[in-house]
Amino acid sequence: MFDLDKWQEITAALKKNKLRTILTGLGVMFGILILVTLLGIGRGFQNNIQSSLGNFATNSTVFWVEKTTKAYKGLPRNRSYLFTNDDLEVLKRSIPELQDIAPDINGWSGNATNNTFREDKKGNFRIKGTSPEMNNVNPVEVTAGRFINQNDLKEFRKVITIGPRVQELMFEKDEDPIGQYLKVNGIYFRIIGTIKPLSRNMGMRDDVLQMPFTTLQQLYNQGDKFRVFLATAKVGESVADLEDKIFEILARRHSIHPDDRQAIGNFNIAKMFNKIFGLFNSIGFLFWVIGFGVLLTGIIGVSNIMHVVVKERTKELGIKRAIGARPREVVGQIINEAVFLTTFAGFWGLVLGVLIVEGIGKITEGDPNPQILNPYVDINVAFIALGVLVLFGVLAGLLPAQRAIRIKPVDALRYE
Amino acid sequence: MIRLQNIHKSYITGTNKLHVLKGIDLHIKEGELVSIMGSSGSGKSTLLNILGLLDNHDEGAYTLNQEEIKAMSETKAAKLRNNLLGFVFQSFNLISFKNAMENVALPLYYQKVARKKRNKTALEYLDKMGLKDWAEHMPNELSGGQKQRVAIARSIITQPKIILADEPTGALDSATSVEVMNLLKEINQSGITVIIVTHENDIAHMTDRIINLKDGRIESIIENNKINSKETIKIPQE
Ligand SMILES: Nc1ncnc2c1ncn2[C@@H]1O[C@H](COP(=O)(O)OP(=O)(O)OP(=O)(O)O)[C@@H](O)[C@H]1O
Ligand SMILES: [Mg+2]
Repeated sequence: MFDLDKWQEITAALKKNKLRTILTGLGVMFGILILVTLLGIGRGFQNNIQSSLGNFATNSTVFWVEKTTKAYKGLPRNRSYLFTNDDLEVLKRSIPELQDIAPDINGWSGNATNNTFREDKKGNFRIKGTSPEMNNVNPVEVTAGRFINQNDLKEFRKVITIGPRVQELMFEKDEDPIGQYLKVNGIYFRIIGTIKPLSRNMGMRDDVLQMPFTTLQQLYNQGDKFRVFLATAKVGESVADLEDKIFEILARRHSIHPDDRQAIGNFNIAKMFNKIFGLFNSIGFLFWVIGFGVLLTGIIGVSNIMHVVVKERTKELGIKRAIGARPREVVGQIINEAVFLTTFAGFWGLVLGVLIVEGIGKITEGDPNPQILNPYVDINVAFIALGVLVLFGVLAGLLPAQRAIRIKPVDALRYE
Repeated sequence: MIRLQNIHKSYITGTNKLHVLKGIDLHIKEGELVSIMGSSGSGKSTLLNILGLLDNHDEGAYTLNQEEIKAMSETKAAKLRNNLLGFVFQSFNLISFKNAMENVALPLYYQKVARKKRNKTALEYLDKMGLKDWAEHMPNELSGGQKQRVAIARSIITQPKIILADEPTGALDSATSVEVMNLLKEINQSGITVIIVTHENDIAHMTDRIINLKDGRIESIIENNKINSKETIKIPQE
């Protein structure tokens, strides 16, 4: 495989005009560097948005209470109301397209003072009321124990699941939190599970404490009322249609004017998701196009240089043919040079690109609200890029090589 | 070894057609030392290039080493050039970025001879040329005579049957020319057929046979300094 003579041929030819070789190599190097960096950064953007969206159900919608803007059935405008647990039951019963519906209730976080205690440890955590349905919409991963179930909800159990940050602050490393108690706003809760948020939506963070939403309602004297809920449509069903049906039923139940859409706040998350994904795809595509374009420019440069090099070396190739170099060997030599140049330059471009992307990753690592998260160069993309480079290296050499052997040896020898 | 029958060659430049060789008949036997003479533009180089498979003829039959040369692939031609032929050029045609030894060894590279063995053989041949101490020198560090001796070493390293030399002394002074001619004569004495294109009478007269070209035809052949008119040579008629 490694042939010193071939090697000598390649380096001798490329060394002959160092500046030109270097400039050509730089063209390829920057091409691949830009391609790799763009793709890495694009990946970082995508990671950032994806990690905040996480496994959040994409076909979902969120509703919240507002004030009425129209008088209706003898009730004044500007009236407040709250959703009730019965609303949930009615909606579930009457809308077949409805997959999951879950109130999103936040507990009192203690106004930046500590709300959670255990032995000598204390902390200030986000308290959220949840349900098994909520875990389908805005999911967490149960890392130990179990998640809150329907019986917990029915019996108003004082049980909680805790996020990683809570575990870190309230327990020693070697302690098992499952079955232990935490005093939250003065009441003891038994820990039934440890969880990890799979999105950063709707206030979901690592410092979360989740309890059955019915327990939360009871503790905070909210009865069966709540202000916000999430709903998902069944697979293939339109979220917009679902929203219309939910609105219609809620309006009837809360004596809201059928045209008073502003009385019930609503945001179609599915639509937002689609927009974001569309943006991803176009950004990703754009990055590929730019990167590939720059790379192509570099490779055209190589082909161009090989043309010049072959032309300049016509006589030398003529001599070699006179003393017995076969066409295969002449073509092989030129292609070797082109492939070597593109691969060598491309390799360094790849290395530099990876370093730059990693550097960006390091810089953005500590940022709690990063624009770019964990940018990295996909190993597959790297290999594809290298493969493409070698391929184009061959092509870049092939055309001039063909020209070199098309002319007769005598003409090559006569060439000045 | 070489048999030419009614060889024609024309060059087409744009709309012009230049008829350079107008029916060459020639037989060169194995082991001969032959020179080709003629005025500038008479077609000497053209003829030699056809003999060396560097160019192709348009018409006629060329038999080289009992093999009819006709529209052969470049790969086959390269192989014949490598095994059967050796070239010596007026302008030496050494490869500038290779040293003397590497230049001499290059034909063996195309025979896939291992590097060590190749360089060892090259050194032996350089030694024969009295250039052992110059093995590591680059061509631009050598005199014209030295360059030509390197080129001669390169031409014989594959132990070819025929050496084709196009004005090998054309760029050399007369003393060096004689040296080079003596080398070629030595090579010839080892049994290799040597064909030399030259302008110089002195050089031509050192060969066994002088073929005089004029205007694309063989005007006369002088054998051992005896002139045979063209008419005395039997020409196979079409
Ligand atoms: N590749 C070519 N294209 C067109 N014409 C050519 C080509 N090669 C040679 N000729 C022409 O053919 C004729 C014969 O050329 P050739 O080189 O054989 O002459 P020569 O006898 O070797 O002359 P010299 O002694 O000057 O080297 C010349 O008129 C030359 O201009
Ligand atoms: Mg000539």
